[in-house]
Amino acid sequence: MKLTSPISAAFRVGLFSFIIVGMVSLVFHATKDKIADNERQALLDSLQSVLNPESYDNDLANDVIQLQAYTIYRARKSGTPVAAILTSTTSHGYNGNIRLLLGITMEGKISGVRVLMHKETPGLGDKIEIKKTNWISSFKHKSLSDMSTRQWAVKQDGGIFDQFTGATITPRAIVNEVKKTGLFFQQNQQIIFQ
Amino acid sequence: MTNNTHIIITNGLWQNNQALVALLGLCPLLAVSNTVINSLGLGIATTLTLILSNGLVSSLRGYILAEIRLPLFVLMIAGIVTIIELLMNAWFYELYKTLGIFIPLIVTNCAIIGRAEVFASKNRIMPSLLDGLAMGLGFSFALLLLGAIREVVGAGTLFSQADLLFGEAAKSWQIDVLHDYSGMLLALLPPGAFIALGLLIAAKNVFAIKE
Repeated sequence: MKLTSPISAAFRVGLFSFIIVGMVSLVFHATKDKIADNERQALLDSLQSVLNPESYDNDLANDVIQLQAYTIYRARKSGTPVAAILTSTTSHGYNGNIRLLLGITMEGKISGVRVLMHKETPGLGDKIEIKKTNWISSFKHKSLSDMSTRQWAVKQDGGIFDQFTGATITPRAIVNEVKKTGLFFQQNQQIIFQ
Repeated sequence: MTNNTHIIITNGLWQNNQALVALLGLCPLLAVSNTVINSLGLGIATTLTLILSNGLVSSLRGYILAEIRLPLFVLMIAGIVTIIELLMNAWFYELYKTLGIFIPLIVTNCAIIGRAEVFASKNRIMPSLLDGLAMGLGFSFALLLLGAIREVVGAGTLFSQADLLFGEAAKSWQIDVLHDYSGMLLALLPPGAFIALGLLIAAKNVFAIKE
């Protein structure tokens, strides 16, 4: 094997990098708009999964504010606030952060909860996904006033929410986070819809 | 079928199976093989990456200097995986949402750089593409076996959540192999993956000795 000079080797690495980075950026630019479109559609879909789209008539995805750690989408009908959708994150799961989407109507009822992202144990903690079980639907129609009672807990802690065999930490984290987010909404309703 | 083609195929599927003999790519193999469907998803994505990277490395092999071949392989593989991820994100969004987490894992699969080094950098394009396909199928075969063992022992089912890959109609594909089975957590967690893989390798060796 004949030796190559370091300069010519470096030149070749540079040339290859240039070509490959060029290929990746070409594909990136070609797919950028389509990906943004997909993500916007996915956001709309997930917003509609926690709040009936017939209950509001504004451009929900763009009527958004940031308050403390929460991103809040405000739903209005003919200008009157009807509900809010909050995203929140808890780190009390079994592994990493769990991101939630929580819809609450102005009457103080939960219109739906969904898990947006998590890294819980497959086959155990991932039953919080609506794709796997409908556990997350057990929050629907619950009232904010239920949250202050001792019933707002998993069964093992004396509450009303099921836990999963072999995984209590994950549902407990979500039950607590929904409560925290719900109470936050209750206390800040005025500010949110200012 | 020429003798050469035959050797490439049996090597990829059996004699030099990347997962069971070369023991390459164990990181994604152990991480994702907890259900048959997850295994299938990673198997398809890995096979595609192997074919493309073998093809690219082979077609550029005249320009790759021996001293700098490894950084160049890494560059090419990372580029290919990123491009596959972007294309899937744009045009197969539903599939991307379920397979998306596996795609970056493929970069950690040393079987891909292994084939680039051992085969594609020394052979012409057609044999290299075939080698990528055979190695990919062999790897997928081991993944599927591992996924099936872990899913049956861990949860008592097969093909659960098939709808993630095949759409709503596949929801009914789930087979309850063991009825009223309370599950065995160990099989679903990483230690179960190591134990099951160990048993598979042992079984492969028993067959190999008999031959």
